[in-house]
Amino acid sequence: MKRLIVFIKQVPDTAELRIDPKTNTMIRTGVPSIINPFDMYAIEEALRIKEKWGDTEVIVATMGPPQAEEALREALSLGCDKAILLTDRKFAASDTFATSYILSKAVEKIGDYNIILTGKQATDGDTAQVGPGIASWLNIPSITYVKKMIEVKSDYAKIERLMDYGYDIIEIKGKFLMTAIKDLNEPRIPSFRGKMAAKKAEIPNWDAAYIGAEDKNIGFLGSPTRVVKAFSPPPKQGGIKTEGDDIETAKKLIANLKESHLI
Amino acid sequence: MLKMKYELTEEQKELVAIAHQIAEEKIKPLREKYDEEQIFPEEIIKIFGQSDLYRVFIPEEYEGLGMGVFEMALITEEISRVCGGIALAYAGSALGAYPIILFGNEEQKKKYLPKIAAGETIAAFALTEPDAGSDAGAVRTTAVKQGNKYILNGTKQWITNGGYAGIHSVFASTNPSKGIRGMSTFIVEKDFKGFEIGKKENKLGIRASNTSELIFNDCEVPEENLLGKEGIGFRIAMKTFDQSRPGVAAQALGIAQGAFEEALKYAHQRKQFGQIIYSFQAIKFMIANMAMKIEAARGLVYNTAKLIDAGEKETAGYSAMAKTMASDVAMEVTTDAIQVLGGYGYMKEYPVEKMFRDAKITQIYEGTNQIQREVIAAQLSKQVSRLK
Ligand SMILES: Cc1cc2nc3c(=O)[nH]c(=O)nc-3n(C[C@H](O)[C@H](O)[C@H](O)COP(=O)(O)OP(=O)(O)OC[C@H]3O[C@@H](n4cnc5c(N)ncnc54)[C@H](O)[C@@H]3O)c2cc1C
Ligand SMILES: Cc1cc2nc3c(=O)[nH]c(=O)nc-3n(C[C@H](O)[C@H](O)[C@H](O)COP(=O)(O)OP(=O)(O)OC[C@H]3O[C@@H](n4cnc5c(N)ncnc54)[C@H](O)[C@@H]3O)c2cc1C
Repeated sequence: MKRLIVFIKQVPDTAELRIDPKTNTMIRTGVPSIINPFDMYAIEEALRIKEKWGDTEVIVATMGPPQAEEALREALSLGCDKAILLTDRKFAASDTFATSYILSKAVEKIGDYNIILTGKQATDGDTAQVGPGIASWLNIPSITYVKKMIEVKSDYAKIERLMDYGYDIIEIKGKFLMTAIKDLNEPRIPSFRGKMAAKKAEIPNWDAAYIGAEDKNIGFLGSPTRVVKAFSPPPKQGGIKTEGDDIETAKKLIANLKESHLI
Repeated sequence: MLKMKYELTEEQKELVAIAHQIAEEKIKPLREKYDEEQIFPEEIIKIFGQSDLYRVFIPEEYEGLGMGVFEMALITEEISRVCGGIALAYAGSALGAYPIILFGNEEQKKKYLPKIAAGETIAAFALTEPDAGSDAGAVRTTAVKQGNKYILNGTKQWITNGGYAGIHSVFASTNPSKGIRGMSTFIVEKDFKGFEIGKKENKLGIRASNTSELIFNDCEVPEENLLGKEGIGFRIAMKTFDQSRPGVAAQALGIAQGAFEEALKYAHQRKQFGQIIYSFQAIKFMIANMAMKIEAARGLVYNTAKLIDAGEKETAGYSAMAKTMASDVAMEVTTDAIQVLGGYGYMKEYPVEKMFRDAKITQIYEGTNQIQREVIAAQLSKQVSRLK
């Protein structure tokens, strides 16, 4: 049997995140939670690959507090076969380095697999580091910003990856991790039977000891990142626009650059 | 206060949530274009299918969920709140399936219902003809037995889903001399020899719903596709309507709810004379009336659907009341919603003009509201001897 592993994160359902000025951390209380929108594309793609391949198991996992089970049930209602909740007090305060270590240990515990799928980035933490981080810990290639799966077999894939100015086509052999973006697909609506089955599904809780995660690599201790200050960056300013004919604008541009000591 | 709470089961709530999600995320973005261009919503039908919504009205033995008219109505209402036309791709399939559910034998049910349950194909109900509208008994399409087949000849008109359905419940006369008692019902597949799809209608409203002519030209129907027995076609039609009318009522209710919500929202945004128009009594009373009428209609529709599901025998009168009241309310509410939005309401940029156009059909099909009042009056008259 082939296997796909999807990592999802439960995030607050709001674009307006508030930061606690004292602790420099996000205020999460009172905000409804959803599956990170990018992870919905990862789930959908896994389900489509499964439908194409047949004889494939889709495992969805998240690291988070017990409430994160709700996100896993939603993933099950869409058609994922199994869900795992990685939960342990020791996981708290993990940064992206520690988070990806923990998730990579979960992969080792799960066993064999063909592809790991994650979202491009989480709408709260927003770093886009966890996907590639997992791949580094597992020592497998990662393909980020996947916009299209041209071909996907159990040991080979041809993929379009979004770049700043167009896209790359990548061919890859063997296991790999990919991160999903919006262009990849259109997530499905849960089915009624899927929802009812998801309500009853047993979701195992895995802790640090169970996956063999070492204390020194997890939680606050295992996290090299220190949040020094959190603030809203000022919105990007528009650049200077020079007007006139070609020669005129070129002259103005040069003058500007000189004035700013850039040339 | 936007919608009165009813005690729904966990399952009913989930169904409404799924219908709501489909309506908001998948239907809303395309309803205007589909209305304008009369596009049949094939990809939405796929989503209804994948989400198990068609399974709701099919018995469990045939890959359905074995739920009732109430659940079918809840879903229809929720979809209609966003688009009364696309809702028919759902509810119309229930209408086409009920004759098989109610009168089909084991083989017929096994053969056809699982496909409808999965949304693999949709069903249609073909009774009306150019000269047989309210007078449904005047059907001229004939079915003549030849060997182990029936040969059908005639034309049906205005058949919902007619151009796309794979399965049709068709009413034809096996014995014209017997009138209503000579009518029979057949399951006709799209690919049967001699079955053709005729003119596709251009309509005032529910434009994303397909309304087609069906032509039977020596159409060959295997004898095992006769529903029940010869001569009970009219009874099949009437029993089907008893089940399906709450669906039309729910469609009307949903359209009304959608228009009411738009009006309420708009009245709080639009400013004239330096204040929101909701501050004018003339406007807010209109909206208060909308809310009252809708809630009253909903009570009637839900209770009727539940009575039918509970197996209550005499529901024809209530079914007729629910359909008539809800559709009249839909017409009143959508008319007033345009009034609340003023000139903007008359424009296609706002959804209420479409809701107004969509509402009108609910007073006409599955029996006009005049015919419904005839039904209600006849049922009442039967009871008069009970009065002291
Ligand atoms: C400035 C800052 C402040 C922070 N403050 C807090 C805080 O107060 N409290 C707190 O709990 N965290 C906090 N963290 C967050 C924590 O470091 C990250 O949330 C977590 O490590 C994931 O990183 P990310 O959200 O950037 O995910 P990304 O790297 O953007 O996520 C990419 C993908 O990785 C996967 N993924 C990410 N996280 C998980 C997970 N937990 N389980 C499964 N899959 C996952 C998903 O598929 C996701 O789409 C903070 C991070 C930063 C940078
Ligand atoms: C968009 C659309 C979709 C439809 N879908 C289907 C379908 O899927 N399957 C199907 O079989 N049919 C369908 N119909 C047909 C529909 O059910 C009929 O139009 C309806 O029953 C009325 O018949 P009629 O239009 O011939 O009107 P008529 O019967 O000609 O009625 C004209 C007017 O006379 C009134 N009237 C008639 N008889 C009486 C009476 N005895 N007492 C008082 N007033 C009376 C009517 O109320 C109406 O106001 C559809 C129609 C439309 C417009």
